[in-house]
Amino acid sequence: MANMSLKKVPIPEQDPKVRSKNFDEVALGYTEEMAVEEAKRCLNCKHKPCVSGCPVNVQIPEFISLIADGRFEEAYEKIIETNSLPAVCGRVCPQETQCEEKCVRGIKGEPVGIGRLERFAADWAMSNTKRTYKKVSKNGKKVAIVGSGPAGLSCAGDLIKMGYDVTIFEAFHLAGGVLVYGIPEFRLPKSLVQKEIETLLEQGVEIKTNMVIGKVLTIDEIFEEGYSAVFIGSGAGLPSFMHIPGENLNGVYSANEFLTRINLMKAYKEDAETPVMRGRSVAVIGGGNVAMDAARCALRLGADNVYIVYRRSEAEMPARLEEIHHAKEEGIIFKLLTNPTKILGDDKGWVKGMECVEMELGEPDASGRRRPIAKSGSEHVVDVDTVIIAIGTSPNPLIRSTTPDLATNKWGCIIADEQTGRTSKEGVFAGGDAVTGSATVILAMGAGKKAAKAIDEYIKSKN
Amino acid sequence: MYRIVRKEILNPQVKLLEIEAPYVARKAEPGQFIILRVNKEGERVPFTIADFDREKGTVTIIFQEVGATTQLLGQLNEGDEVEDFCGPLGVASHFEGVKKAAVIGGGLGTAIAYPQAKKLHSMGVSVDAITGFRNKDLIILEKEMAAVSDRLIITTDDGSNGTKGFVSDILKKLLVEGANYDVVIAIGPPIMMKVVCDVTRPYGIKTIVSLNPIMVDGTGMCGGCRVTVGGQIKFACVDGPDFDGHEVDFTELMRRLSMYKDSEKASVERHKCRLEGVVNG
Ligand SMILES: Cc1cc2nc3c(=O)[nH]c(=O)nc-3n(C[C@H](O)[C@H](O)[C@H](O)COP(=O)(O)OP(=O)(O)OC[C@H]3O[C@@H](n4cnc5c(N)ncnc54)[C@H](O)[C@@H]3O)c2cc1C
Ligand SMILES: Cc1cc2nc3c(=O)[nH]c(=O)nc-3n(C[C@H](O)[C@H](O)[C@H](O)COP(=O)(O)OP(=O)(O)OC[C@H]3O[C@@H](n4cnc5c(N)ncnc54)[C@H](O)[C@@H]3O)c2cc1C
Ligand code: FES
Repeated sequence: MANMSLKKVPIPEQDPKVRSKNFDEVALGYTEEMAVEEAKRCLNCKHKPCVSGCPVNVQIPEFISLIADGRFEEAYEKIIETNSLPAVCGRVCPQETQCEEKCVRGIKGEPVGIGRLERFAADWAMSNTKRTYKKVSKNGKKVAIVGSGPAGLSCAGDLIKMGYDVTIFEAFHLAGGVLVYGIPEFRLPKSLVQKEIETLLEQGVEIKTNMVIGKVLTIDEIFEEGYSAVFIGSGAGLPSFMHIPGENLNGVYSANEFLTRINLMKAYKEDAETPVMRGRSVAVIGGGNVAMDAARCALRLGADNVYIVYRRSEAEMPARLEEIHHAKEEGIIFKLLTNPTKILGDDKGWVKGMECVEMELGEPDASGRRRPIAKSGSEHVVDVDTVIIAIGTSPNPLIRSTTPDLATNKWGCIIADEQTGRTSKEGVFAGGDAVTGSATVILAMGAGKKAAKAIDEYIKSKN
Repeated sequence: MYRIVRKEILNPQVKLLEIEAPYVARKAEPGQFIILRVNKEGERVPFTIADFDREKGTVTIIFQEVGATTQLLGQLNEGDEVEDFCGPLGVASHFEGVKKAAVIGGGLGTAIAYPQAKKLHSMGVSVDAITGFRNKDLIILEKEMAAVSDRLIITTDDGSNGTKGFVSDILKKLLVEGANYDVVIAIGPPIMMKVVCDVTRPYGIKTIVSLNPIMVDGTGMCGGCRVTVGGQIKFACVDGPDFDGHEVDFTELMRRLSMYKDSEKASVERHKCRLEGVVNG
């Protein structure tokens, strides 16, 4: 019998007052009973609208009915047929604009908590089963992967299963991409990312860290080392600045720097070697997931006030709904329709305030969102000592500038076929944020998988 | 892990480590740097590639013990390993068309200037080297610098080696006496680089400086290393570290270098406690 409650089974969470002072995970996850109860809200629709909303076509009604039957391990197996990082996706996918948006239950009431159930199945499998791997016979061909974010990891995961020798070259000292340096511990525990990476290592994937491709090796030199194909999943890591006065004052960070210091270098721990400024009053500029993460980190470092300063209104914010909701619960102050014009410094060069103007929304622009226009005479100063700029990133030029025959577009994104990841350079495939600009974990993963398939076909066609 | 194959103590605060890193050694060029972490909890810290040996697959760094990480690094010995060693990073120095150069090293900056002098010398450029130290006990790389320059002038702040004055004073004297250079390379503390630039500006001599802002990744992904050059924001780790000194905003560089003074002090204290803890029991 279906559970006809209009609301999702609530997920236990740390109290906002408590969690705003620690870096432990916010949402604690369903118990078995809760998962079964929520799974019973699924109507098992024949035409499966939810699946069409999932970029990697997870067989959603199937895995949910397995959970409803208490067959948790099988539910997990069903998910990983198409999604190799369910514990990650269950936590960070924007379900409200993907699978859950299409859910029939959402027409009247809340959609089925697909993300929460995916996370449950993955976490359950992680703590209750030991993964075993089918022995695959090696085909003697080597494939190189540049970057160890979700795109690179999923490409590696598929290629190793096909019998290739797979080497990932990662610029940082640790694999995981945005999953380890960007998304904070309280949203995505790093031990979980580590487990996913260990799974790849156990299957024989080799990860070479400290390898900045374009510097230590060019793409051509990778081929000279005997690789038959290269997948580029180097992300979109170059931070944009606003080009307003005062951006180089002490106390102004890019979100990338602030989050890297905290997440990758663990600066939130008292005895960490890497320092980070703990501001008293912090403004974060931007309205995406990156801005929410930076704001919530600043709060957890002990700030009295944290502002999100965004030039459009809440409706246009690209962040996940859950993050906006959590940020508000924790006491982040939203200054919407506000745009910074100048960062003010004291006589020693430290931030002491930020001048802003109010905005109003005009006609829709190229992105379809209404264009913000400054209201004259609305200048005012916000009292802050730290400013974090989270207005976007673009692909790093290191690879394209050293690979002249790799075509890129005017934003510096690698041009690649959407179905195969094939680029203008023979044997080179690309996917994830390096191709699309900043997007999502699931899209990056999907691109990695498609490329793995295309790489296999390409190498076979050469023999 | 990257093994230390040679260690030398150049003066009480300055040490040299030759480290096995074959990939880095293969590509390294003068002017570039590496980022290392001593151990799994370590901070990422940048050091200039002072020398490299492509055949042996080693890279040499020379560093001054100024804080927690460099002190920790200074305690390592031959045979020990560092956790991470990433490079080569930054743009290599370019010297096309140069016939006569002055290479100036201030203190530890001498170690950073040395590979550039060596490269210029190997290209057949006539090199005047000027190095300066606080006193004669701190002089480093005297033999090495002498071997790659046509003339080496070593000066000390207190005159204890027989020559007194700042490197900028010596350069000024040479210029007044009629020396002319296609390029001056000045590497050392920001204030020294600034003063050298002030000396060369009226002569219109191109002056290259190597900037050392605080870095994290060294690949252009954080922007922490941003400097203002010619009124524009540059990321020193990918656009530099060499820049046209006459265009650099040194005041801003110095201000940004002091951003973490308080936590750096705390970190040194913490390390001291740990070390003493080990010694005492
Ligand atoms: C703070 C933050 C929060 C986010 N929150 C969400 C969220 O909640 N939900 C969601 O779906 N998406 C979110 N995203 C977006 C998502 O993380 C990215 O779309 C996704 O990680 C892209 O994956 P990728 O594999 O293409 O690249 P990345 O994850 O960026 O990985 C690229 C990797 O390549 C390495 N690399 C780069 N250049 C080189 C080189 N030259 N040589 C070697 N290695 C190199 C990098 O070090 C990195 O490890 C967030 C992003 C950020 C920054
Ligand atoms: C491109 C470049 C090349 C360099 N080459 C050399 C070299 O060849 N030899 C050498 O001795 N030093 C070099 N430095 C400086 C060296 O990186 C710092 O001395 C070192 O990071 C200090 O770390 P610490 O923990 O011992 O000291 P801390 O107490 O942490 O800091 C002491 C001072 O060092 C600087 N510093 C701190 N952290 C960093 C960081 N992550 N990046 C850059 N500077 C920092 C700050 O000005 C700080 O005030 C170079 C720096 C750069 C950017
Ligand atoms: S050190 Fe991060 S961009 Fe230069």
